[in-house]
Amino acid sequence: MFYREAGQFKSSYAEDQQIFPIRQDRIGITALLLVVFVAVPLLGDQYWLSAIFTPLLIFALAALGLNILTGYAGQLSLGTAAFMAVGAFMAYNFMLRLPWLGVIPSFILAGLCAAAVGVVFGLPSLRIKGFYLAVATLACQFFVLWAIQRWGWITNYSASGVITAQKMVILGFPFDTPALKYLLTLSIVTLLALLAKNLMRSETGRAFMAVRDMDVAAEVIGIRMMHTKLLAFAISSFYCGVAGAMYAFCYLGTVEPEAFTLDLSFRVLFMIIIGGTGSILGSFIGAAFITLLPIFLNVMFGGISHLLGVEIPHAVISNLELIIFGALIIFFLIVEPHGLARLWQIAKEKLRLWPFPH
Amino acid sequence: MNVAFFFEVLIGGLLAGVMYSLVALGFVLIYKASGVFNFAQGAMVFFAALTFISLVERGLNFWLALVVTLAVMVVLGIAIEKVVLRPLVNQPPITLFMATIGLTFVLEGLSQLVWGSQPHGLELGIQDVPMEWLSQSTGINISQFDIFAAGVAGLLVAVLALFFQYTRIGRALRAVADDHQAALSVGIPLKHIWAIVWSVAGFVALVAGLMWGARNGVQYALTFIALKALPVLILGGFESVLGAIVGGLIIGASEKLAEVYIGPMVGGGIESWFAYVVALLFLLVRPQGLFGEKIIDRV
Amino acid sequence: MSARAHPVGEVVLSVENVSLSFGGVKALQGITFDVREHEVRAIIGPNGAGKSSMLNVINGVYHPQQGTIKLRGREFHDMNSHEAAKMGIARTFQNIALFKGMSVLDNIMTGRNLKMRCNFLQQALWIGPARREEMAHRRAVEEVIDFMEIQHIRKTPVGKLAYGLQKRVELARALAAEPTLLLLDEPMAGMNLEEKQDMCRFVLDVNDHFGTTIVLIEHDMGVVMDISDRVVVLDYGKKIGDGTPDQIRTNQAVIDAYLGVAH
Repeated sequence: MFYREAGQFKSSYAEDQQIFPIRQDRIGITALLLVVFVAVPLLGDQYWLSAIFTPLLIFALAALGLNILTGYAGQLSLGTAAFMAVGAFMAYNFMLRLPWLGVIPSFILAGLCAAAVGVVFGLPSLRIKGFYLAVATLACQFFVLWAIQRWGWITNYSASGVITAQKMVILGFPFDTPALKYLLTLSIVTLLALLAKNLMRSETGRAFMAVRDMDVAAEVIGIRMMHTKLLAFAISSFYCGVAGAMYAFCYLGTVEPEAFTLDLSFRVLFMIIIGGTGSILGSFIGAAFITLLPIFLNVMFGGISHLLGVEIPHAVISNLELIIFGALIIFFLIVEPHGLARLWQIAKEKLRLWPFPH
Repeated sequence: MNVAFFFEVLIGGLLAGVMYSLVALGFVLIYKASGVFNFAQGAMVFFAALTFISLVERGLNFWLALVVTLAVMVVLGIAIEKVVLRPLVNQPPITLFMATIGLTFVLEGLSQLVWGSQPHGLELGIQDVPMEWLSQSTGINISQFDIFAAGVAGLLVAVLALFFQYTRIGRALRAVADDHQAALSVGIPLKHIWAIVWSVAGFVALVAGLMWGARNGVQYALTFIALKALPVLILGGFESVLGAIVGGLIIGASEKLAEVYIGPMVGGGIESWFAYVVALLFLLVRPQGLFGEKIIDRV
Repeated sequence: MSARAHPVGEVVLSVENVSLSFGGVKALQGITFDVREHEVRAIIGPNGAGKSSMLNVINGVYHPQQGTIKLRGREFHDMNSHEAAKMGIARTFQNIALFKGMSVLDNIMTGRNLKMRCNFLQQALWIGPARREEMAHRRAVEEVIDFMEIQHIRKTPVGKLAYGLQKRVELARALAAEPTLLLLDEPMAGMNLEEKQDMCRFVLDVNDHFGTTIVLIEHDMGVVMDISDRVVVLDYGKKIGDGTPDQIRTNQAVIDAYLGVAH
């Protein structure tokens, strides 16, 4: 009833091609931005800001990166964590060795390093497809972690391979509280998400999807296969690299190479499956779902053990978590292969007609 | 270069490669019959080995435990077909692949939930020690366990080959592998075939689990051997049993040789990725793998 | 037929002695024919005659083992798809090759990718040139949408469309590239009579309005004889006939190939 586009006429192509063509959506997104930029940092407590909201946003960015490659360009990658690791450790190195650069340029350069690594490991995609490519991206995963552990220069010869992220000072202003780190993360993620959305509704995004949906036809209409695939790898890895840098600087603080194992790659992959492949919104929903699920399960198991008056061992809970995670993945693939983002879309379609469904 | 040492490394590598082939075999079976890249094969190996050893530790006789575990794997195969595969019929292969990643988590959680997560030793009665007569006569150290594992792998392949070649089910399996639609149209029940294939893959996982468990202990790390088998697959091709074996040998040998002769130059520990690089370089030359057929895109 | 806006002109494409085989299968054997500017050229033949392979060779999806292709005076041993597209060749496919996950509008927009100049950074910022370019091309695409009469489905994902409409969208995508040579692989296959008539009209309109040279494969003899200027007949990878519809109708080899010969 309230979600209607009746009376909203488009009189130019520019109006028709806005990100949010419906007025109610524009009001909604403005309200949401106000909440996350103003209300959350003012009202949220330290724990929620530093342990939930900040990593959630960082994961959303990594998921967005993977979504560009897998969801839009159709190239399955299992190396997300490796690109994040490159971003994290290179940001550390830029800050360490070129301290005059500043935080944001270091993040960008770290992202570019990840993009370079992405292009190198994306080269096999020119000859191989599908599962073969997925396995090839595992090579990246293992090689990058090995290099970080073996090449002392990367960790500045730290004995255990652990690095400590430098303090972030931007234009003389230190970002050292959870609220400030959250705001910095939020700003970067919002900006990059907007850029991604623009890119995906332009020629580049269409070329990605064309390669995904039918590569022979894409080539026939003049889309350059090599350029498009490598660009997808580069942009995707850039996003993952920046996410990795923020993972180290805005969230963890101290990082070891083991933080970027294959498990992390899978986590990010799950985010886009559950959230929705080929959807910017889906990356956020998926990241929120996967980040909040363990917290929810913990609370639930806590409640159950309180109710029954027995202590559930930690091992049992973590194994149950594994099972529930896996089962949810299968469940989503069966019920809605396009993820929560599609469900949201369907709900909106329904709402447009409500309460007169015919 | 010490020739005896070179051969020791080479043969050791080839035999280690056989162990990879054992795992790769399970992937190939399922891929051939149902077009599913079963990422959960490693978890199945872990699940089978853990079930077996836990039964033995609870006092079951070796052979009885083997039979019970096999039965469990068959039930698991049928359950997977019913719960995971059937609802996902006609979905793109990538979707099925991701579903098997989910399955990996379920199996890992389930096996540790039921049997606990502590590592177990597994004794098959064959020591992992060099064969003395060989060491004394040639100076080459070859573990008798490796030889035993290679023998088991050979036997397994032979049994599978006979099964596929000479039984009615085997014929149906080959028909399905060739063309799902055509197999359906001559009345082969796909559902049953898939359940059977997953059960056979469960059996292969059990054998691989016993071998790897006896070598490294039955522990969570067993799930990672699937990752070792993947380069074997891209080298040998997802659809070729022969490819799985030859690929395993090549990967095993080159990995060990590289570890010994190249490793020290770059800081060691290269076995985590070297196999992948070998497989990738190979794919650049021959994208269809060792025994795969050249793919012609029809438009 | 009344006088054409674009009378048939010089030879623009000549295929000379092209042979193509897959392993042991000889798909094309020494095929030679030419296509003149502004004409509608049909390729016919029984199933498996090599018609689709011929189109695939012309726009570089397949690479022939032998022979040359001459396009506007330039000689190629084999084409590559990108080069072919740049030289103004567009095509449709026998089994519709649309991008299933994209809307009709986006599908047709991809047809204009070669005309877009902005790089990805400008597109990501969505400012100035990138935005103007996008709007200009949207306008051009809307003209194609009007021409093909598919305004009502422009925001629909192509996967949800009926077969006949998908065929039309595919033609629209090819037209969006403003091709000079259009290859159509069975544009009317699987359509009912009304849809066929519509499609015939579109093909002739394209030829008439834009002067586009058209090479088409079609099984419906009535259609072929009606709309094409000249016809090539293939059978088992060999050319068995070449000429105007009237000449083809009376060609004994063609009649034998279609009706079978008594041995």
